[in-house]
Amino acid sequence: MLNKNIYLILIISFVFAISFWIGFNVNLLPAEASINAPIYDELFKILFIIGLIIFIGMTIAVIYSLFKFRKRNNQIGDGIALEGNLSLEIVWTIIPSIIVLLIGLYSYNIYDRMGGMKELNHNHDMMSSNSEKIWAGISQTSDNEIAINNLSIEVSAMQFAFLFNYPKGNFISGELHVPVDQKVSMKMESKDVIHAFWVPEFRIKQDIIPGQPTILNFTPTKVGKYPIICAELCGPYHGGMRASIIVEEESDYNEWFNKNKKPEVNL
Amino acid sequence: MTISIDPQKTNNESLQPKGWLRYFSFSLDHKVIGIQYLVCGFLFYLIGGTLASAIRIELASPMSDFMPRDVYNQVLTLHGTIMIFLWIVPVVNGAFGNYLIPFYVGARDMAFPRLNAVAFWLIPPSGLMLVASYFVEGAAQAGWTAYPPLSITTPQSGQIIWILSVLLLGGSSIFGGINFIATIIKLRRPGLKLMQLPMYCWAMLGTSLLVVLSTPVLAGTLILLSFDIIANTGFFNPVLGGNVVVYQHLFWFYSHPAVYIMVLPAFGLVSEILPVHARKPLFGYTTMVFSIMGIVVLGLVVWAHHMFTSGTPPWMRLFFTIATAFIAVPTGIKFFNWVATLWGGKISINSAILFSCGFIINFVFGGITGVALAQVPFDIHVHDTYFVVAHFHYIVYGGTVFIIFSSIYHWFPKVTGKMLNEKLGILHFIITFIGFNLCFAPQHWLGLNGMPRRVAEYDPQFQFVNQISSLGALLMAISTIPFLINVIISVRNGKDAGDNPWNALTPEWLTSSPPPVENWEGEAPLVEEPYGYGKEIYEQK
Ligand code: HEM
Ligand SMILES: [Cu+2]
Ligand SMILES: [Cu+2]
Repeated sequence: MLNKNIYLILIISFVFAISFWIGFNVNLLPAEASINAPIYDELFKILFIIGLIIFIGMTIAVIYSLFKFRKRNNQIGDGIALEGNLSLEIVWTIIPSIIVLLIGLYSYNIYDRMGGMKELNHNHDMMSSNSEKIWAGISQTSDNEIAINNLSIEVSAMQFAFLFNYPKGNFISGELHVPVDQKVSMKMESKDVIHAFWVPEFRIKQDIIPGQPTILNFTPTKVGKYPIICAELCGPYHGGMRASIIVEEESDYNEWFNKNKKPEVNL
Repeated sequence: MTISIDPQKTNNESLQPKGWLRYFSFSLDHKVIGIQYLVCGFLFYLIGGTLASAIRIELASPMSDFMPRDVYNQVLTLHGTIMIFLWIVPVVNGAFGNYLIPFYVGARDMAFPRLNAVAFWLIPPSGLMLVASYFVEGAAQAGWTAYPPLSITTPQSGQIIWILSVLLLGGSSIFGGINFIATIIKLRRPGLKLMQLPMYCWAMLGTSLLVVLSTPVLAGTLILLSFDIIANTGFFNPVLGGNVVVYQHLFWFYSHPAVYIMVLPAFGLVSEILPVHARKPLFGYTTMVFSIMGIVVLGLVVWAHHMFTSGTPPWMRLFFTIATAFIAVPTGIKFFNWVATLWGGKISINSAILFSCGFIINFVFGGITGVALAQVPFDIHVHDTYFVVAHFHYIVYGGTVFIIFSSIYHWFPKVTGKMLNEKLGILHFIITFIGFNLCFAPQHWLGLNGMPRRVAEYDPQFQFVNQISSLGALLMAISTIPFLINVIISVRNGKDAGDNPWNALTPEWLTSSPPPVENWEGEAPLVEEPYGYGKEIYEQK
């Protein structure tokens, strides 16, 4: 009996060791280029390790049973008539429930840190005649915050392009330029069908919905050029609907901005 | 001719064609209808599989060079629609349900044999109509989800045929669902208690409840969508003030439960197969029943996890995260119980058990990525990418299709009286298992690293991994060859099976193979312990 338990403990520690090793050494994700990315990757790592433990454990159990309990030649009769084991079944109901609950709470915490839980202040734009409803995207900010210091950009999506409007400079660009380490607020609206704004290196995605503007905020942390990908089937050229986001130093950004901005027109 | 309601009389043998011609007639025999579902579904599976191969050929290179882009979207839409509505749902419900449920409850036929036949005969014409729409101008190309406004603005004739066809198929599954509920509740042989039913009955009861509760919502939604297309109404059309997210809520209220409509019957089938070949009782019968009902209830309240990026409010995202993740608990219980059923058995290693064990391994993998996807922050990055494609194929192919094959190996001797060839069967399993994992495992990486789904062209950096995936798809296509050869050879020249080649205890094995028209020569046997392996009641026989 003692022997058996030792084997069990050995196998379990082996499964844990291997899962942790893979979890920490195998990187499946692209570069981290926004504040959200490292937070996301933390959650990913935890889920990856728990998943590996369960998957490797179950696979070993199935393959072991097939080998160990296979019917040898000439063997007759049945296995033991074991129909259930209440305490075992309670254990494997309670343990997964706890794990699931902990994962849920943890990902709630991650979501909160990403800014997903902030309530949106709906009644801004009191001046504008139609009080439109803005739908919640991830990392929202309250309207006051936007007003204070964010770089705000208006995104419009159409078959099959993204256009970025810089209201302060009064110009439209096909490429998204943003300064590094500064919070960007985007208000996104579609001209035709549903599109989605996805930057894999930022770990953010938000649908762009016709008739219902959505908001997306992010803070890039690494200078570079990253793809913007449309992730919602939007027609034949959906696969070609891409743009780039260029994250640059503040000075480079200002240079670009000043080159493009149009003077205010006074009528 | 007078119409008789009594199934005994309408099944009058002299009125029915004999031999294989029976299968081409409006038969009322549940066994014939079951086989009709299976064969019809398999033919559509071959079409859907051919389309899948076409998709994978296109994706072997980063440019869109194998077919025009809009044709790619049509092929993709047809592949998804066929696989769900014409292969998996009709086969795991209609085919096995019709064949097995009357045996399991000790009845001579389903509760409403005519309705049953009608439910089946809706499928071939609507399926053919759907396939035919791909030869007219502008076939449906908005994906199997048909999200507006895309489905309203793409060419319309094909989209309308698509809607009509899905409505008819939905009608067919509602008829089937009503029939299963009535048969299981009302036609049970006197003396047979609910808690003595084989597990597949419970699975079909749960599934049929889901079908009856959620399919009408899909029907209503699609009818509204067709109004938007034909009559210019504005339910979902934003130009006319419609709301596109409402469509998504309604659509997923059906289509999330639809996943369980595909996997719950598979759970039931594997619960029948494992005990027989492991020679042990099904472990934890009662918890198995409760976990099915738990899945049914939870399955109805988690639809919005498909919409985490659609602008849903934060509280809603949270609720749906927790509810979704909790489905892992009843599902996990079932998997532990199956492994415990194997544990300590005397397992015959054959094609049926290998496909079942392959199912357990693949489904656990798909289930784990499912729990990850339920977490809002996780889902936001991978939603609508190849990660999701990989996840759901692990469920629908690695889970359900594996079980369909396992079931065919298990029940073929009952249906035909002949055995299938085990060597070919095991070859079939090995190629399928390798091909499947080669095809879909790498797609997780693709999605995480930036490849969206439903695209005909992609970033060249993903080419190598896509080629591995296409190679896996090729292997899966090849794997159907030994299977088809096996079935054709065995039907004609297979070894005689005898009535009960596996020494199984469930009622369908207690009659001749193939069974007589009314299932049993005499009275239906009362099987009190369908899983009594290793027990005295069984030893005495
Ligand atoms: C025979 C092996 C199969 C292969 C190689 C295969 C391959 C594919 C591929 C490459 C896609 C495109 C993914 C995308 O861009 O979204 C796809 C989509 C899909 N497949 Fe399969 N598949 C197979 C079997 C199945 C089965 C058995 C089902 C059963 C339900 C299924 C259901 C779907 C669905 C629902 C879609 C999504 C279609 C859409 O986005 O509208 N597939 N499949
Ligand atoms: Cu797009
Ligand atoms: Cu797109």
